[in-house]
Amino acid sequence: MKIGVLAVQGAVAEHIQMLSRLNTEAIPIRLPSELDGLDAVVIPGGESTTIGKLLSDYKLMEPIRELADQGFPIFGTCAGMILLAKRVADSSLEPLGVMDIEVKRNAFGRQVDSFETDLAIPVLGDGTFHGIFIRAPMVEKAESGVEILCQLYNNAVAVKQGKILACAFHPELTDDLRFHRYFLDLVTGDALAESNC
Amino acid sequence: MDTGTWKVKAGLAQMLKGGVIMDVVTPEQAKIAEEAGACAVMALERVPADIRAAGGVARMADPTVITAIMKAVSIPVMAKCRIGHFVEAQVLEALGVDFIDESEVLTPADESHHIWKHDFKVPFVCGCRDLGEALRRIAEGAAMIRTKGEAGTGNIVEAVRHMRAVHDSIRKLQGMPVDELTAEAKALGAPLELVMEIHKTGELPVVNFAAGGVATPADAALMMQLGADGVFVGSGVFKSSNPEAMAKAIVRATTHYQDPAIIAEVSKALGAAMPGLDIKTIPPEELLAIRGW
Repeated sequence: MKIGVLAVQGAVAEHIQMLSRLNTEAIPIRLPSELDGLDAVVIPGGESTTIGKLLSDYKLMEPIRELADQGFPIFGTCAGMILLAKRVADSSLEPLGVMDIEVKRNAFGRQVDSFETDLAIPVLGDGTFHGIFIRAPMVEKAESGVEILCQLYNNAVAVKQGKILACAFHPELTDDLRFHRYFLDLVTGDALAESNC
Repeated sequence: MDTGTWKVKAGLAQMLKGGVIMDVVTPEQAKIAEEAGACAVMALERVPADIRAAGGVARMADPTVITAIMKAVSIPVMAKCRIGHFVEAQVLEALGVDFIDESEVLTPADESHHIWKHDFKVPFVCGCRDLGEALRRIAEGAAMIRTKGEAGTGNIVEAVRHMRAVHDSIRKLQGMPVDELTAEAKALGAPLELVMEIHKTGELPVVNFAAGGVATPADAALMMQLGADGVFVGSGVFKSSNPEAMAKAIVRATTHYQDPAIIAEVSKALGAAMPGLDIKTIPPEELLAIRGW
């Protein structure tokens, strides 16, 4: 299995490290030709406007949309979740629009309001998952095909639609591999993850 | 729910990696920077080239300017306070800026001590010329480091010197036997704990950007190839003849820093880069990089 981590801007190395700890090959992706031969793509945290502009400039938007239409697995964290959304509230940002959600950027406030908290995420099993929220977005609306995996204050902060997975926090900044393992299970079509579709 | 933790402070710096942080003095400039793809802006009253030309005491920017810039863009906004001026830092935190740069570009307020940055919820970035200086700042609570270079010169030579110095020292620490680390920590003027950590990991515990002298897309890519996690551009954008084009080109060269064909393409027809200064023509007492202890 080979996973591409979009590397136009943001915390790329952190995702590559998490995936290599799960014995999975992960490579940085900056150009459309580099998407060939991948089994899945990760869109990391970073600055969503920067990543969005660079995806457009270097013609990565359409190929990723086409892959998503074919059921290709994609995992986005924070800025990655914003880019996966159909709509971004109060923003001129043009997202990929491959997930039926509307997100709000900086939904919890500016950096002084960034926080850590323990989350309940039933699909990852018992016990909490440590959520690190940095100028984080939240899901304001999710259409019927979207499964909500985790909520915080009645707002969705982790969602799944088909093989597309997104969260508002940063599993890649923790030592907890469960979220990435859950994504890899989606990629391989593992029964446990599929049963939650 | 915990705010202002080390994880969320150092984590924001991690999210800025691979990006360009641009100095801006008006909301209009901030919008140009955001439109070009900057991952953050530094709100200032004057860019370093103008601070250098004006002389006198350079202080924290007027809160009106900072607030107007915060309203104009949705990307993170940084602002500078003077070295050791913890009340300017308190004011910037109260304004809600996303990152504070305790910066040698402003006139120092304390010639012995830096701010104890652990006391703040907002993260700090600090300048360094070598590994010892970087580790002293991290010990004080800096969540991000930038090599200083020589701001406002459009001359990359000092930025290269400082980045190479940091990486040379890291390589040296990695190869040292453990019983020599105490003496090396003493020589560096750095806490042993951090020296031990780098001996093990071979990397700084926080993100390290390059700053001070970046004036072209090739300058930005040079610093990235030398191991910078990202780039600050001070006067280089808005002192060039075509700021929109220069800003875009530097952002693209930073992303594609390993691809000379793309760097060549984005470097075409940018107009004149900012006027450069030979460091040797600057009187030693006017050098900014020597500020910091």
